Formats: sequence, C-alpha cells, structure tokens
Amino acid sequence: MRSDHPSWRLRLATGAGLLFLHLPLAIIVLYAFTTEDRTYQFPPPGLTLHWFEVAWQRADIREALLLSLQVAGMATALALLLGTMAAAAMWRASFFGREVFTLLMVLPIALPGIVTGIALLSAIRLAGFEPALWTIVTGHATFCIVVVYNNALARFRRTAGNLIEASMDLGADGLQTFRHVILPQLGSALLAGGMLAFALSFDEIIVTTFTAGHERTLPIWFMNELFRPRDRPVTNVVAVAVILVTALPILAAYWLTRSDETGESR
Amino acid sequence: MSAAVEFIQVSRVFGTVRAVDDLSFSIAEGEFFSLLGPSGSGKTTSLRLIAGFEQPSAGSLLIHGREAAGVPPYERDVNTVFQDYALFPHMSVLDNVAYGPMMRGVPRAQRTRRAEEMLALVKLDGFGARRPAQLSGGQRQRVALARALINEPRVLLLDEPLGALDLKLREAMQSELKALQRRLGITFVFVTHDQGEALSMSDRVAVFNHGRIEQIASPEELYERPATAFVANFVGTANVIDGAAATSLLGSAGAFTIRPERIALQAAGSEVAADAVRIGGRLVEVQYHGAHHRCEVETAGGLRLVVTVPATQGAGLPQTGAEVALSWPRAAMHALRDAA
Repeated sequence: MRSDHPSWRLRLATGAGLLFLHLPLAIIVLYAFTTEDRTYQFPPPGLTLHWFEVAWQRADIREALLLSLQVAGMATALALLLGTMAAAAMWRASFFGREVFTLLMVLPIALPGIVTGIALLSAIRLAGFEPALWTIVTGHATFCIVVVYNNALARFRRTAGNLIEASMDLGADGLQTFRHVILPQLGSALLAGGMLAFALSFDEIIVTTFTAGHERTLPIWFMNELFRPRDRPVTNVVAVAVILVTALPILAAYWLTRSDETGESR
Repeated sequence: MSAAVEFIQVSRVFGTVRAVDDLSFSIAEGEFFSLLGPSGSGKTTSLRLIAGFEQPSAGSLLIHGREAAGVPPYERDVNTVFQDYALFPHMSVLDNVAYGPMMRGVPRAQRTRRAEEMLALVKLDGFGARRPAQLSGGQRQRVALARALINEPRVLLLDEPLGALDLKLREAMQSELKALQRRLGITFVFVTHDQGEALSMSDRVAVFNHGRIEQIASPEELYERPATAFVANFVGTANVIDGAAATSLLGSAGAFTIRPERIALQAAGSEVAADAVRIGGRLVEVQYHGAHHRCEVETAGGLRLVVTVPATQGAGLPQTGAEVALSWPRAAMHALRDAA
C-alpha cells in the first residue's frame, strides 16, 4: 500500500535505518579532523587539517593509493572488454552447454573470495609465477567481468535485436552498426557496470591478500595500519579519500545515465 | 519487364522445420504484392530472405535478376519497414531518417535536407528534433517508412507494419500506403496475416500455409475463385463443402465452396429461380453484425452453412429454429482443387 503521508513510526524507522547506515561514516569523517590522535574522545577537543598534510607526506599511502587506482583501472578495463564480448556472444548465439557456460560466467562472484584467492594463489604457484601487479589485476578481473557481463547482457536483452537488422538493412556493415547502434545502446550499461567494477576492485581485500605478494594496495595498507595504532586520524583521512574516490564516480554514473534516459545527449 | 524478386525452388530450413519449402514465384516490378498467411506459415521468413537476414538453405533467389544468396543486407537494393518499426531510440527522428545516407557517406547538410524532405513526404514536417519515444504509434510508423524510403530502394519490404495500430488508424494508413506506392512506383512486398488488409491494398496476393504457397492471385480472383479449402477459409468467410457432403447435398460429387453472401435465405416453401440450387434446413443461430446478420443454417444431413443477410433485409428474417429454404445460383459455387 502506498501513501503520501507515512506514519510517524515509519518515518522514525526510516530515520533510524539511515542513521545506522551512515553514522559510522560520519564518525570517520569527523575524526579525520580531530586534534587528538590516540582515542575517539567525543566531542573532539579541536578540529584541524593537520592530518591531511601528514597523510599527503607519507610515501606509503601515496604508493598504496596509486597501486589501488592502477589495479582497479586495469581490472575494470579488462572486465569491460571481456565482459561485453562474453555478453554479446551469449546473447546472439545458442549452442550446446550454453546454460553451463552462463553459470560458469557468474560463479566467481558467488564464490567466497577466500576460495577464489586460494585457487588463484595455487594456480600462480603451480605455473611458477611470482605474485605481482598483474596477478592482482587478474584476481580482481574474475569478479569485475561478472558485473560488466550482467549489466551488458541485461541491456542486450532489452535492446531489440531488430535494431541491428534495421541498421544493416539501411546500409551499415557490422562495424558501423556496432559504432552507431550497439555501442550507444550499451553505453550507460557499460558505464554503470564499469563504475561498479571499479568500486568493487578498489576496496577488495580477500582475493588481494592471496594474490598481492609484496605489493600493498590501499585496503591492505589499512589492515596493517590497524595493528599499529599510530597516527589514527591518518587512517581516517585515507578513509575519507576512499569514500570520495568510490562515491564520486558512482554519483557521476548516476547523473550520466539519468540524462541518458531523459534524452538530449549525443 | 523483368521480375523485381524471383524465388526459384527456395527452401529455408531451421533444424527440422521447413519454414519455406521449395517456393517458386516472382514479383513483378512496381507491383504491390502481399504475402498473406497465419503465423508460422513462412511469409515472414520469405520477406527476411529477400531482405538478406536469412539465407536460403536451397534454391536461388534473384533480386532484379541478380543472385542474392550470400549478399549481405547492407549491399541489397531493398529496405524494410519492421513490424515494431525498430527505430533507433537514442537518435532523433531526423537522425533516424538520415541514417541510410549517413552510412553511404552523404555530407551532413545534404542528408539533413533529404531527411526533411522524406519527413514532409510522410507528413511529419517539424518532428525531426523529437525522439521516437515522444511519438505516437502512427507517427513512428511514418518515421520507419521515411527511413526506409530515403535510400530510394527499388523494393520496399513491409513486415506487418500496421499490426500495432488501432483500427481507424490502420484503415487510414492502408490508403496512404497504397497512394504512396502508386506515386513512387516502386515494388512493395507486404507481409500480413490480415486478409482484409491484403485484399484492399494488393495487386496480387500470395497465400502461405506451412511454408508453401496455396495460391497467388489478384484479390478478386482469390475471393471469388479460391483454389483450395485453406484459401477459401482464410480469405473471408466461406462454406467449404467436401466431396461427400456435396454428393449428399446435390447428388453430384466434387468439393466446392460458396460465399455466405451468395446464398439466399427464405422462409420454407418460397419460390426460387428454376436453375438455382435449393436445399432446406433449420435456422439455428442469428448474430447481429451491424451491416449484416450472420445466420447459421443446419441441413437435414447435419451440415452447417453460414449465410449473411444484409441488414436492409434483416426485418424479414424467420425466427430462430424455423424451417428455411436456402438457394443459390449454380455459378456462385466454385470447385476446389483439394478437399476431396
């Protein structure tokens, strides 16, 4: 049942739910500015931008952030390419074992990360490789592909197949059809899938732990920092940076796809 | 005059289904040719073969005398109006219409002018900036038409283009399409399952059934002299009397068909012309259809015949259950090829 005037109970419950979700985030943001560096004393005795300067000066943070951005960027790019191609193939073709293939495509995101991690580590060892940047990217790509694949496949299914036929009928060859019809149709789905993949990769820690070797991504840096309660506000500052890095693209994606639907782009 | 499209023993097989089964026929240049049949009869597959979305499994398909097998859709001099229009939702109406010229590398200014001309042709001047989603069904239909015609195809394929429109709009579009075809003088190949549509617009109609053609004829011929029981039943309403029933009814063998409006219904015992066929029966049902009454009469042999009586004569109809006399001139009966 829908009502324009929800009862005060419902309002209260909604408010409590939102508070429960966002209060911890607010605390993190608040204590990134505190002048007190050991305890979470409330209210903070004073506010300062000092920790931002400290965080910026520390090379380990800069390196971890850069590595995480690099990994997420590469995993997303790989996922966009392979996920779209896989979705296109699964949409157009029907072949023996297609359902099995669909399950195998989606399985990595359903599997616990720890299983994926151990499996990848064993495989890397077995093949005699050293864990490095590309092994992290590979590990992240396993679940990033699924996200892009699902988004792209859903859009392919919604896109009428005869748009492609109409394009060919009007004189466009395969490449022109891809560029003028398929890609614009997929655009916002790929953007959304890519953003989600980026966000997933950026804060992934379980698979990363197994595949990173000596490399240190931002989440791993966080883990290490927890055992070393020094400069606690610095971790909060980095957390704020992470919130910005993940939230801004998602907001951007939201706005882009919104204008895409109401329609005056291109 | 060479044929616009020619099927020579063409088959298209999907797995074990023979969607198009050994078809041979040709469509003349400048003709309004309809492919009529129930769903799954092979009419749409035939259209897709001409468009190039399907390739024949066997046989030869000529378009303007050139073998079309293996030629991709984008290299064929035909264009299609799709059933659900298939307009590109991310483009404006103008860009949709200008898509064909854009693919052929026509400069922007020129193709925009051309697209505007086409929009004027289908009476949509000023709609160029809109999105397809902002148009009504009838308007989308016109955009689809303009988009297909801008390439100046020698053959235009139309796949049930009026199916999604309501009755009034459909009738208006029928006469518009026909007028457009006369004006442009190009070949129209029109797929429909609506016999009324096929009859009212076409120069010739091919009636499809199970991947084969039952009959190709002009609308009049198709209606007056259906070749098979299937055609008689599919095109309009018909009384199909098989061989055995014909023998018991008239004493002569041979399946035949007679249209309901050719049968006269009178009270039992009325006078009829000397050379007319006359049989008795009981009026079992009368339905009011506005312009006419649809009556069902059961003969002594258990045969049911449909008779239509114009509304102008409706006042004199006997009561339901009454004994009536049916009569028709011998010339109104038409012998069928099949239905032994």
